[in-house]
Amino acid sequence: MSVVISVENVSKIYRLGSYDNRTLQEEIQRWWAGLRGRPDPVVTIDHMSQLEPDHEMLWALRNVSFEIKQGETVAVIGRNGAGKSTLLKILSRITLPSEGEIKIKGRISSLLEVGTGFHPELTGRENIYLNGSIMGMKRADISHKLDQIVEFSGVSQFIDTPVKRYSSGMYMRLAFSVAAHLDPDILIVDEVLAVGDLNFQRKSLGKMEEVAQSGRTVILVSHNLYTLKQFAQRAILLNSGKIELDDKAESVIAAYSGESPEAPKLIAEKIWAIEDTAPGNNIARLDRVVIKNQKNIPSTKLFSGENISVEIDTWNQIDSAKLSNTIVLYNEDGEIVFSTISNHDKKWHGQQRKIGLYRSICQIPANFLSPGLYGITVIICTNGYSDFFQADNVIRFEVTDSGDVRGDFIGGYSGIVRPLLEWKTFLVEPEKLTAGINK
Amino acid sequence: MNTETNILTDDDSWTMVIRPQRAWWDLRLMEVWNARELILLFVWRDLVSIYKQTVIGPLWYFLHPTLQTLMYFFIFGVIARLPTDGIPPLLFYLSGTILWALFSTTLSGVATTFIGNAYLYGKVYFHRLAIPISVVISNFVNFLIQSALLLIVMLIYNLAGFGIHPNRWLFLLPLLLLIIASLGLSSGIIISALTVRYRDLQHFIPIGVQFLLYATPIIYPLSAIPEGWRSVIQFNPLTPVVEAFRFGLLGQGSVNPPMLVYSIFFTIIVFFISLLAFNRAEGTFMDFV
Repeated sequence: MSVVISVENVSKIYRLGSYDNRTLQEEIQRWWAGLRGRPDPVVTIDHMSQLEPDHEMLWALRNVSFEIKQGETVAVIGRNGAGKSTLLKILSRITLPSEGEIKIKGRISSLLEVGTGFHPELTGRENIYLNGSIMGMKRADISHKLDQIVEFSGVSQFIDTPVKRYSSGMYMRLAFSVAAHLDPDILIVDEVLAVGDLNFQRKSLGKMEEVAQSGRTVILVSHNLYTLKQFAQRAILLNSGKIELDDKAESVIAAYSGESPEAPKLIAEKIWAIEDTAPGNNIARLDRVVIKNQKNIPSTKLFSGENISVEIDTWNQIDSAKLSNTIVLYNEDGEIVFSTISNHDKKWHGQQRKIGLYRSICQIPANFLSPGLYGITVIICTNGYSDFFQADNVIRFEVTDSGDVRGDFIGGYSGIVRPLLEWKTFLVEPEKLTAGINK
Repeated sequence: MNTETNILTDDDSWTMVIRPQRAWWDLRLMEVWNARELILLFVWRDLVSIYKQTVIGPLWYFLHPTLQTLMYFFIFGVIARLPTDGIPPLLFYLSGTILWALFSTTLSGVATTFIGNAYLYGKVYFHRLAIPISVVISNFVNFLIQSALLLIVMLIYNLAGFGIHPNRWLFLLPLLLLIIASLGLSSGIIISALTVRYRDLQHFIPIGVQFLLYATPIIYPLSAIPEGWRSVIQFNPLTPVVEAFRFGLLGQGSVNPPMLVYSIFFTIIVFFISLLAFNRAEGTFMDFV
């Protein structure tokens, strides 16, 4: 197979000190801060952390080299700020590299966004021509594919209506439809895989798969590791502007998801060693909260397909106390996924307890949580439900999709939880050949 | 240049080679030609979308210069009583207005190229000159539409007995329009290239254009300027062009061939400077916007 993209020692340097001046005001601010020995007020904090010692240069990419052969599907992954978007921008010719050289063979299209250049006052049909041309299609090409594009978008009824009257779903469908008919030799895609409703997502993912399988070269950037796993044969992991790993997709993705330092600090076990700092009151206090995987080992990395248990250890400090535990589970958007109370455990609930350390275990079934980050808040009620104390966000863990619920579905799921539920289908009535239903 | 040829022979043929710096002469004009369909679509978009959802729609193309002309007529003709070189005032102001619009709207339209289209330039590559070129073309179409209004008014004056006689200088018209449009395009491009790093220029454009308007014989004839100042106004490269435009079209005023040649040279030089400035800015401007 011939090499269609060759990237040699490409670096991209942003000079933050002297070239980034945008207005005189900022220039004056910077000069004033410099006089007083303060940090540069114009540079964002995000960039500060990656600055060179001289505080002038940001190496968004550093000596990146790789080759891509015809027909390969390559995923580019990495944390925010790792250099993914810079690499995409350079490959898409949006900005030039600071060093190095890139050679490309064939017609290249990049989809950093769908619907680029859509004009709200123009009709769907007019925007197909406008957007198609901006993306590099020839006019004759667009006319030739117009019917296909309109049909694929599913908005044929409104094709002569200005797109400002479209719902956002219709708008995205039309936009994606144009993108899906670009037919380049090399396609660069960024985070636009999952657009629109579920139905259309499946359609667009199917289209992507078709493109990948038709022998075209595809470069893909997305945070949806599962989708990447589906499409990409090879993956390039970027870290601080350098290539950290360039290998088969599965192994790179596995290495990346194992590390995932992007997440806030995950905590599997919280122990309050010093009594005074432990959450509690004069009746009881917390001693330890821990989350465990199916093998009963404390872990912050759990799979959606395994059973999870949460253990709460509480010191009961007086005789005849009545205790109950509550767990509140938050997802990364701060929504409450559920809360659960230990009041169905008839052996202990409402019963007086002697002084001592008690352990309550809550089981979260496999194939119930959706992949994502979670936080657990523990509430201990010491006297009915009116007296209580709590420990907020003590456990933080991540659930990774193990695919058990998915079956052959590769799209995105909506909903807070993703339970594996039982389905049954049976034939209610066989077709009656003699009946005139179909006539 | 050596490396370029090496690449072509070493590994068969690459469609595209991306390097940090482009040679200053490398304007990739073939790419502009390849983008011609896109340029025309931008022109069409600008012309069609601008008056959508307005009550009188395309009539705005005529209403705008008409109102401007009437305003000049009352302020400069009736109140300030500025002379008009023996040309009927309405015709004088109308011709000046539409010619000035060709220059000023091109300049301000092109001057915001990089910043105003960052949303496009940041998402997809097409030759960056496609947008400035489309702006010139749409303004030129605009000018042609408005010229119809000027011709109608000229016809009315002739029917009413005023002798409006275009003369042989009218044949220079294409050249004059080319100079005006190029000057608007070039200065717009230079400003847009500088605005990428110095946003302050953006705020200077409206007042700068207004200043130029008063420094060009649009609302007054060159003959109305006192001797001492006339030579100053004449060094404005727009002056000889505007004067020749009026003289050829309306038969009154003056033509100054040496100064016209000066305008032509000035235009060519500014045009090349603008291409260089653009070429330098376009490669990495997205890092600054």
